[in-house]
Amino acid sequence: MTSAVFFDISGLSYLLAMFVYIVFLASRKHAVGAAATTITIFGLAFQSIALILRWIDSYAYWMTNSPSSGMILALLRSAPLRNLYESLVFFVWCLIFIHLIVEFKYKVRSLGAFVTPLAALTLVFIDISGTSKDIQPLVPALQSNWLLFHVLLSFLGYAAFGVSFGAGLAHLTLLTESRKEAAYIFWSIIVGVFITVLVAMGLDFLNAPPAKPDEVIQSYFLKSTFKSASGGVAVISWIVSIAFIFVVWRFGLGFKKILSGLSLTTDMLEEITYKSIAVGFPLFTVGGLLMGAIWANSAWGKYWSWDPKETWSLITWFVYALYLHARFVKGWRGKKVAVLAVVGFIAVFFTYIGVNLWLSGLHAYGSE
Amino acid sequence: MEDKEKTKQESSPVPDISDKIWDFFTSVKLTIVILIIIALTSIVGTIIEQDAEPEKNIQLLAKFFGDSMAPTFYNIFLKLDFMNMYHSWWFIALLLLFCVNLIVCTLDRLPKTLKIINTPMKPMGETVIKTLPVKKELRVKAGLAGAKDAFLNSLSAAGFRVFEAAEGDSVELYTQKGRYSRLGLYIVHLSIFLIFIGAIIGARFGFNAMLNIPEGGTSDVAYQRGGKQIPLGFTVKCNWYRTDYYGDTDMPQEFQSELVIIENGREILTKVIEVNSPLTYKGIKLYQSSYGLMSDVEGVFDLRVTPRGGQETAVYAKLGDTFVIPGTNVKVEIINFSPALAKDPMTGKLFTYNEKMMVNPAVGVRITEPGKPEYTGWIMRRYPETGLLPDGNKIKLDDYWGVEYTGLQVSKDPGIGIIYFAAILMSLGLYMAFFMSNRKLWIRLTGEKGAVRIALGGTANKNRLSFEKDVEKILSKATHLIEGSPQIPAHRERSKK
Repeated sequence: MTSAVFFDISGLSYLLAMFVYIVFLASRKHAVGAAATTITIFGLAFQSIALILRWIDSYAYWMTNSPSSGMILALLRSAPLRNLYESLVFFVWCLIFIHLIVEFKYKVRSLGAFVTPLAALTLVFIDISGTSKDIQPLVPALQSNWLLFHVLLSFLGYAAFGVSFGAGLAHLTLLTESRKEAAYIFWSIIVGVFITVLVAMGLDFLNAPPAKPDEVIQSYFLKSTFKSASGGVAVISWIVSIAFIFVVWRFGLGFKKILSGLSLTTDMLEEITYKSIAVGFPLFTVGGLLMGAIWANSAWGKYWSWDPKETWSLITWFVYALYLHARFVKGWRGKKVAVLAVVGFIAVFFTYIGVNLWLSGLHAYGSE
Repeated sequence: MEDKEKTKQESSPVPDISDKIWDFFTSVKLTIVILIIIALTSIVGTIIEQDAEPEKNIQLLAKFFGDSMAPTFYNIFLKLDFMNMYHSWWFIALLLLFCVNLIVCTLDRLPKTLKIINTPMKPMGETVIKTLPVKKELRVKAGLAGAKDAFLNSLSAAGFRVFEAAEGDSVELYTQKGRYSRLGLYIVHLSIFLIFIGAIIGARFGFNAMLNIPEGGTSDVAYQRGGKQIPLGFTVKCNWYRTDYYGDTDMPQEFQSELVIIENGREILTKVIEVNSPLTYKGIKLYQSSYGLMSDVEGVFDLRVTPRGGQETAVYAKLGDTFVIPGTNVKVEIINFSPALAKDPMTGKLFTYNEKMMVNPAVGVRITEPGKPEYTGWIMRRYPETGLLPDGNKIKLDDYWGVEYTGLQVSKDPGIGIIYFAAILMSLGLYMAFFMSNRKLWIRLTGEKGAVRIALGGTANKNRLSFEKDVEKILSKATHLIEGSPQIPAHRERSKK
């Protein structure tokens, strides 16, 4: 498991990059921004190596179980996109990759302060949600050539949506003038919740006891705060979070000053939001919805069965379709479409994580 | 892209009822409202478990509304069809409304787009060219004809078909590419419409059913939800069912059944099906979907027996049977069976850890040979070494046949071809709509005393940045050609923008 070391280095790099990007936002020093970008590129390089190493490990694992399979088949079946852990890692890779493209193309560093926290959030989530990091055998339903393309395209799409989320939030920050505006309340709550969850998960991470090697399923997710065994801690967590969100709302306009001092312009953010969705939407439609449906048909004989995952991906698709129509047909620009871009990514989050986390949980009685 | 709101004022002053209906369906507000309603109700459907037993959802509702109110809310949701909402009349009505809105909006806008596509380009003159979003101006030392040829060459290399208009001392080249990409969004809309058609055909003329067949059993019907029988038109036989596991774990590697299609008493087709590899016959597909163990059935042990130093032979026996290992006096009595045998790591005791699945089947045997002590033990399929007996004879448990059944998903969907076609069409349409653009270029060349003044202007309906890069390339290739041609001095002056 040599890949684990490289994953850890890349994860730490992204966390560090997040702080440096935020320092860059506050200090506006060119050298700090350049450092943030360098650290991010460094992290991406290490993560790429880690992904390749993991692929090699999985390949060897596959060959020991199915020695008779050909090389191409074994490569397809062992691509490191086979479970929640691997897909989360790949999501981070796509997110950083697309972010770097945007950063170089539009020469905007400050967007990193919005995108790297998303990567950090995902990485911390991996560690505390208890998703198994082991290379696992592939269950029969996943033994399909569609797996690689379906997951690959969906996640590139998700990552592009992630960038539009960051740009949309930054855009809303720049566009809102007063604390009473609905759009202002919207973005300040989203940012507040986002930071709260990041901090809560950070606490989970610090509190988590060292995992025993044979302990496969362990969930520390929000157990140190909102879901704490002690009711007092849970209540305090809620009060502190609501207070914190209030603080974000109260002082959020100061954030706007920081952003407007940077090279970010509203036109640029509008374009980055749109461009990311224009790339994400076709990728998600083809890779997520269409290939998913075709695969479902070849595995189970039904291309659509309205299960929560399918339904949520359709809802996500509707939100982005709404964005595109509002923009092109109604000519909406600015706040309204930026809100839609942010809502779209919340739907992505539900499709990808929320369904597994809550909806399957709701249906599994007594498990909580 | 175009503004559609203006057309409303142009229509007749007294709108009749059909105009009003048309206007209602062409409004994008309607689209937005329908999409939001479908999305919100769908969310409810992902929280309430669909088609589940009432108790499950009552328990679920109790989490939101408390134990006492849960049954009341359950009944309200039940009346509103939320327990099977995706097939309810109102949800299907919403989907149909969405479809009608999509068709009407598309038809409303298509003629305008077609007009844009079909309107031929015209030369525009230098002043207009200089106002276009993408523009360049320069002067080169060249003859007018040479410069024109260079541009024609470079434009056609970039895939443009060029038109030209001459006027006095100047020539104007004008061209466009990708005008049909404007149809991309219509192709996407068409594909959504086709998906509706495919889904309706599938729902009307197809079916989804289940079928459990025991090993060795046959069936010529499948069963729909609620027990309705669907005749298949042929007979399916299951020869055997088998789960393969990864190494010595309980993690399934493959679920397999061997199926035989029998028609008019003749075996037509035999295939081993797996999860991602169904059997298709006469438009009906049989998918490996589940499996199970029947508790009250007696099966046959498929044993491979190898006497010490001898050949392997197959022996079939039932529980309680006794057989002799060929060429020896050794008697084997089958005394026990476990579908999943494990050893307790603490006490060393053997126990059955799964009654419902044949995860790790084992057969209990008693071995007797005159004059030798009796031996009893377990032979496990997963661990062949357990079959190596103290006297050197070997028994391998290959299968306990006839006790498992295979669970098949049986489906017929005559609409699936349309769905696949629509998927391809949608991919194509999305590519056209998002990654291609309609690019127009006008290049005015004016001869001026041994030099040519070039004014270039262009528009693109999307992706302007990459269009600008392409224009740079066309321009640099053309100037390169002008410089490289022998009759023109290799000297060039560029006018400042």
